Amino acid sequence: MDISEVRKGSKVLIDGFPYNVEDAEFMKPGKGRAIYRYRLRNLVDGKSIERTYHSGDSLDPANISTREGQYLYKEGDHYIFMNTDTYDQYLIEEYKLADKAHYLKEGMIVITLFHDDKPLDITLPIFIEATVVKSDMAARTDTVTAQMKRATLETGLEIDVPTFIKEGDAIKVDTRTGAYVERIVAKK
Amino acid sequence: MTDEEARHLTSLERNLKRRALILNITRRFFDDRGFLEVETPLRSPAIAPEKEIIPLQSEGWFLATSPELYMKRLLAAGYRQLYQISRCFRKGERGRLHNPEFTMLEWYRAGGDYLTMIADTEQLVLTISRELGLGDAIKYRGKTIDLTAPWGSLTVREAYKQLAGWDPGHSPDPVRFDTDMVMKVIPHFNAHRPTVIFDYPAPMASLAKLKPDSPGVAERAEVFIGGLEIANAYSELTVAAEQTARFQQEIAAIKKEQGRDAPLPEKFLRAMEKLPASGGIALGLDRLVMLFCDAASIDEVMAFTADTA
Repeated sequence: MDISEVRKGSKVLIDGFPYNVEDAEFMKPGKGRAIYRYRLRNLVDGKSIERTYHSGDSLDPANISTREGQYLYKEGDHYIFMNTDTYDQYLIEEYKLADKAHYLKEGMIVITLFHDDKPLDITLPIFIEATVVKSDMAARTDTVTAQMKRATLETGLEIDVPTFIKEGDAIKVDTRTGAYVERIVAKK
Repeated sequence: MTDEEARHLTSLERNLKRRALILNITRRFFDDRGFLEVETPLRSPAIAPEKEIIPLQSEGWFLATSPELYMKRLLAAGYRQLYQISRCFRKGERGRLHNPEFTMLEWYRAGGDYLTMIADTEQLVLTISRELGLGDAIKYRGKTIDLTAPWGSLTVREAYKQLAGWDPGHSPDPVRFDTDMVMKVIPHFNAHRPTVIFDYPAPMASLAKLKPDSPGVAERAEVFIGGLEIANAYSELTVAAEQTARFQQEIAAIKKEQGRDAPLPEKFLRAMEKLPASGGIALGLDRLVMLFCDAASIDEVMAFTADTA
């Protein structure tokens, strides 16, 4: 694509790697060439770079797409997902998921980011529900401020929860912040 | 309406009011000095061919990238002092300081030259500042700028030697010249004074005449205030044969590098036979308004931009 069509949010290929344009600056002496300065993030390793281009330059667009997937199970250092349209399975390495791996529960639906046919990353649902499998006993105090304690969820995530939460309770967690939201009351 | 939208509206409204005032003061400035305000076509069958200024098309004609050629046809017809405030269109120019549709102020003086036009600019900017009640200094992006004349000035060669560390000579590499202009030269001008750079290398003469005693440079000057390129002045080239040769070279480069067809503006070239010695200048009015509104972006001084149109 012509460099004048590349803007913030464009996905481009540099040295074979897909990059997201995070910031684009257009500069131009009135009678002179247009100068395009970009900050780009490598979608594979997350590193950010800066590049300058001129009018007449071009960049190849990166074929980036998102597809819905269902998390199936973990195998070694890989997490296995299934495309919910085609039922094809694909795997994502643990290092690519980083902290997101601690929120994955079997059967969970996520959005997967692909470069061509290679999965790069996932987007979690904003809220997940999970069962508390381990939590400390809270010490009783007389203060009126909310008391929190550590708890481990079935997904392996460790978070702070209010003292009234017991092992076996289901709770709602915000995946953007890792914060406890509320207890899920089972329907009778 | 959210709080943020409300705040934006208030500051935009303040800026649009100031913009209207500046237009008013500008018209009075030129009217008082005997300039005639004119309007010329926005759509034309041929415009000045310029490789780095890409026109928008309209039914096979071109939208104005500048009113320059018509202004000079009027000078050739005998008008002595002219000004115009008009919309110009330049394809693909969008950024913090650019919108593809913008407002240009151009004025011309038969008998003038590039330095006369710079002197006019000094007086115009000072007059606007005083009539807005700001006095002889404005505050732009946290810096105080002293607008009193004469403004700081240096040749293009001095500017590159001092601020970019190399001598552009009379025929610099154009990519290096343009890149260093925006990355090194403009950012290092004295932030507290307007700066004029003059005597551009001859290949960048465009429609300016070459300096008689120093033909390696053209009588072209540019004004910068607060890091913004504000205006571009020429001692106008009056030799039709030389202008035709420059245009033909530009047309060939446009075809070769961009595959674009640019017609030769023949009516202008014919009129040029009668063009008197004169000075002309084009000033980006939106950017001048930015300065007086302390606006970081051109979007803050336009009612609508290409993104909100």
